[in-house]
Amino acid sequence: MSGPNEGKRREMWSYVIGYVLALALTGVAFAAVRWPTFAATTTLAIVFGLALVQIIVHFRFFLHVSLAKSSRDDLQLVLFSMLIVALMVSGTIVILANLRHRMM
Amino acid sequence: MSTNEVRHPGLNLGATDEVTHEQAESAVFGFWVFLMSDAVIFALLFATYGVMLHGTAGGPTPAAVYKIGSAFIETMILLTSSFTFGMASIAMKHETGYGRLLAWMVVTLALGFAFLGMELHDFATMIGNGDYPTRSGFLSAFFALVPLHGLHVFFGSLWLIVMMVQVLVFGLDARVKINILRLGLFWHFLDIVWIVIFSVVYLQGLIA
Repeated sequence: MSGPNEGKRREMWSYVIGYVLALALTGVAFAAVRWPTFAATTTLAIVFGLALVQIIVHFRFFLHVSLAKSSRDDLQLVLFSMLIVALMVSGTIVILANLRHRMM
Repeated sequence: MSTNEVRHPGLNLGATDEVTHEQAESAVFGFWVFLMSDAVIFALLFATYGVMLHGTAGGPTPAAVYKIGSAFIETMILLTSSFTFGMASIAMKHETGYGRLLAWMVVTLALGFAFLGMELHDFATMIGNGDYPTRSGFLSAFFALVPLHGLHVFFGSLWLIVMMVQVLVFGLDARVKINILRLGLFWHFLDIVWIVIFSVVYLQGLIA
């Protein structure tokens, strides 16, 4: 059983850790583009990978979406929405990129 | 049921305000459904942008119109505002008075306006250079996506002002607390959308 002050400190740390991680991930992503050291496709993959990690960091530390049993409903809502988004976005891009390719 | 249990994503009021904590569960879940539907709108605009990326119609390319410096500063401002809003939520949960809560809300609002100011300056520069929405498919998609996020930040800022007035008029009652919880989710959510914007729009466009 933790006292109210310990709860507060833990929540404070959650935001601080999230903020530091977000700053680091953003910094690396911008640095990779500002001072290019890799090929363009590699840099793009690094940027997208860092963005994905940063989204997870934000969900975890700022929005407090966790794997705790009592918040599973919300986790399922988020994951299902992500599935819909992934299907629609990738579907759109695949189909229209293919169309563009054929029109060339 | 234990009041220390996590009942919804976002900051849980828990034992600091047990009655409101009970009420917040369905209110916050409903707000999450809205946020996720908003995420679908943004996702489809991102898909449109991805498709239109090559449709420059002989006009400016992404690398020609984006500036990495202002994109970076805007990102830092928005990230920091997310952190300051987190501090506001903690002040609301743990402090008995609301002085600290209002102070953090003012800081967040100032950062929100700073972000909007920089973004509007960017758009004005682009349009002044002839890079207006009707110039090409790429610019149409850009101006459909990025200003929509800016509009969200603008309405989030208005909501912040409304909440500061509500705190001053009503004090920290259950309705006000739940509204601030929801505004917090909205604000953090906008930050996540911005992560995708600076990665997919600005950084992808600037990679040589």
